Amino acid sequence: MKIEMGFIDYLIMVIYFVFVLGIGWILRRFMKNANAFLEAGRSMPAWVAGLAFISTNLGALEVMGMTGSGLKYGMMTTHFYLIGAIPAMIFLSLFMMPFYYGSKARSVPEYLKLRYDEKTRGLNAVMFTFMTVLASGISMYALAILMEKVLGWDFNLSLWISALIVLIYTYLGGLSSAIYNEVLQFFIIVLGLLPLVFLSLNDVGGWSGLKESLVSITEAKGYAPDTWLTTWKYTGQASSNPMGVEWFGILFGLGFVLSFGYWCTNFLIVQRAFAAESHSAARKVPLIGALPKMFIPALIIIPGIISLVLLNDPSKGFELPKDAAGNPVYDYTIIMLLKQYLPTGVLGLGITALLASFMSGMAGNVSAFNTVWTYDIYQSYIRPATGNEEADGKHYLLVGRIATICGILVSIGAAYIASKFGNIMDFLQTIFSMINAPLFAVIFLGMFWKRTTGHAAFTGLLTGLIIALLHHGLTLPEGATTLVKGGWLGTVHVYPVEMAQNFWTAIFAFSASTVVTVILSFLTKPTKSDDDLRGLVYSLTPRTVTENAPWYKRPAGMALIVGIIFIVLSILFW
Amino acid sequence: MLDIRYPIGFMFTLLGLIISVYGMATGSSEIYRKSLGLNINLIMGLVMLVFGLFMLFLAFRKKKG
Repeated sequence: MKIEMGFIDYLIMVIYFVFVLGIGWILRRFMKNANAFLEAGRSMPAWVAGLAFISTNLGALEVMGMTGSGLKYGMMTTHFYLIGAIPAMIFLSLFMMPFYYGSKARSVPEYLKLRYDEKTRGLNAVMFTFMTVLASGISMYALAILMEKVLGWDFNLSLWISALIVLIYTYLGGLSSAIYNEVLQFFIIVLGLLPLVFLSLNDVGGWSGLKESLVSITEAKGYAPDTWLTTWKYTGQASSNPMGVEWFGILFGLGFVLSFGYWCTNFLIVQRAFAAESHSAARKVPLIGALPKMFIPALIIIPGIISLVLLNDPSKGFELPKDAAGNPVYDYTIIMLLKQYLPTGVLGLGITALLASFMSGMAGNVSAFNTVWTYDIYQSYIRPATGNEEADGKHYLLVGRIATICGILVSIGAAYIASKFGNIMDFLQTIFSMINAPLFAVIFLGMFWKRTTGHAAFTGLLTGLIIALLHHGLTLPEGATTLVKGGWLGTVHVYPVEMAQNFWTAIFAFSASTVVTVILSFLTKPTKSDDDLRGLVYSLTPRTVTENAPWYKRPAGMALIVGIIFIVLSILFW
Repeated sequence: MLDIRYPIGFMFTLLGLIISVYGMATGSSEIYRKSLGLNINLIMGLVMLVFGLFMLFLAFRKKKG
């Protein structure tokens, strides 16, 4: 599966990296204090932060995984882009952003401190910093292994060079640099993958050709002929669709718990909106991100579906690499498509797009890590602010920069651990992915119910985590043998596929968290007065809507437009 | 602060030029058998060039106004 790159391909790659580093270099002179470095000085225009908002999520592992899912599950994969993203983004914009941005909190853990207490913040901050360096390490590992397998580069060299590039531009330009490069990455991904969709769709005879070719393939698999091109139609029963989930699991598990947990409370994502230049810009960020989000499936999922047709047509000469056990590696679908269709020239663009998304994934994690580390751990527990604003700003800038270096070094360590003990990293990542659902329960209750107390929130957060662990430990996806996939406490229930298990883990964790937080809120005394909670809780915050912009430029109007497009797309591909 | 449209504009203009010139130079080459006989380098090169110039236009227009 080696891909031969020509001189022109390398030239394109080099030019991209020159621009990436150049942006960091130009931004370095604006980094005068911690506020500029860690929060981008709250100066980003809405469209820039909005594109960065979805670009952070559009990492290379996501792109590769989603194309593979397109092959395995078909159009149902678009649930992650529609029901699994859009309602949460609209909710974040209309109902949550006013409290996040208006409270002047610099991070999600800091919001927890303002709304609840120190211990709730501490718990979340520690878990979050672990999670981000781990995610960044896994991203680095995946990048290096890809370079080794596909381009024949040395593993160690790829790892260190990519880490060095990310270090340079985040060290120089902080969050602004990470955000700017995410915007650049967004455009290079779109333009780099565009020829792939165009060519592959042409090759199978357009949309109608694709539809026709899929009939016999899906029937052979035992599903209705149009299964691969529909989203909701066959979700009445888990067994009639390849994803193995029914509509309730999708609607509540993915559409509510997982998606609201991810898009509304994951600081990695919402940090982009925190960096916006104004209150109204911050509210527009998720909505501006939602518009391209809905069309990304055309770029990454449709080529995946097309590759199912290619695999079943020997004349195309299309194959997926196999793992040691002889199973096809679906994550490499997009790479094999690049190899299949792109001649040298645009090939360099496509490979650069993938590299770019790996690196911006690392940069995103590192820039979220250094903010939480500096403000929520260092400033809270190690060296509190002295009151001298200028000296503090300089001091925390230095700490933020050192945290950037340390964060990247720890990530490199994590990447090496991943290369030796891949299973442990998989396991840890699964565990950490469980922190969002309980966190959403606690933040949601805090924002909309003023009675919620700090003790209740802390206990709710912890209970949610324990329940998630228990559920994961007691269930197993069908056919899985490794303990990494669950079942390490014994097997009570077997899910048809891993995705169903994930949905239900999130649902259980969220429900447990909610129930515990509500009950304990009644049993404990609130420690914060109504005055303390002004600007943090819905019912205690006066709404001041005095915007003069035309309706379609206001958050509510934009949300309406996004909502209508979402509904139309859902019906069109029902 | 730096207007991000400048780096985006300059980068895509440059990449677009390189790829479209390369596409013209390799007009009827064997390499386009992969891309169904289409000179995809020329096509994408021009798309990128137009996008890059459009970004630069937006950036310069804002600077003037």
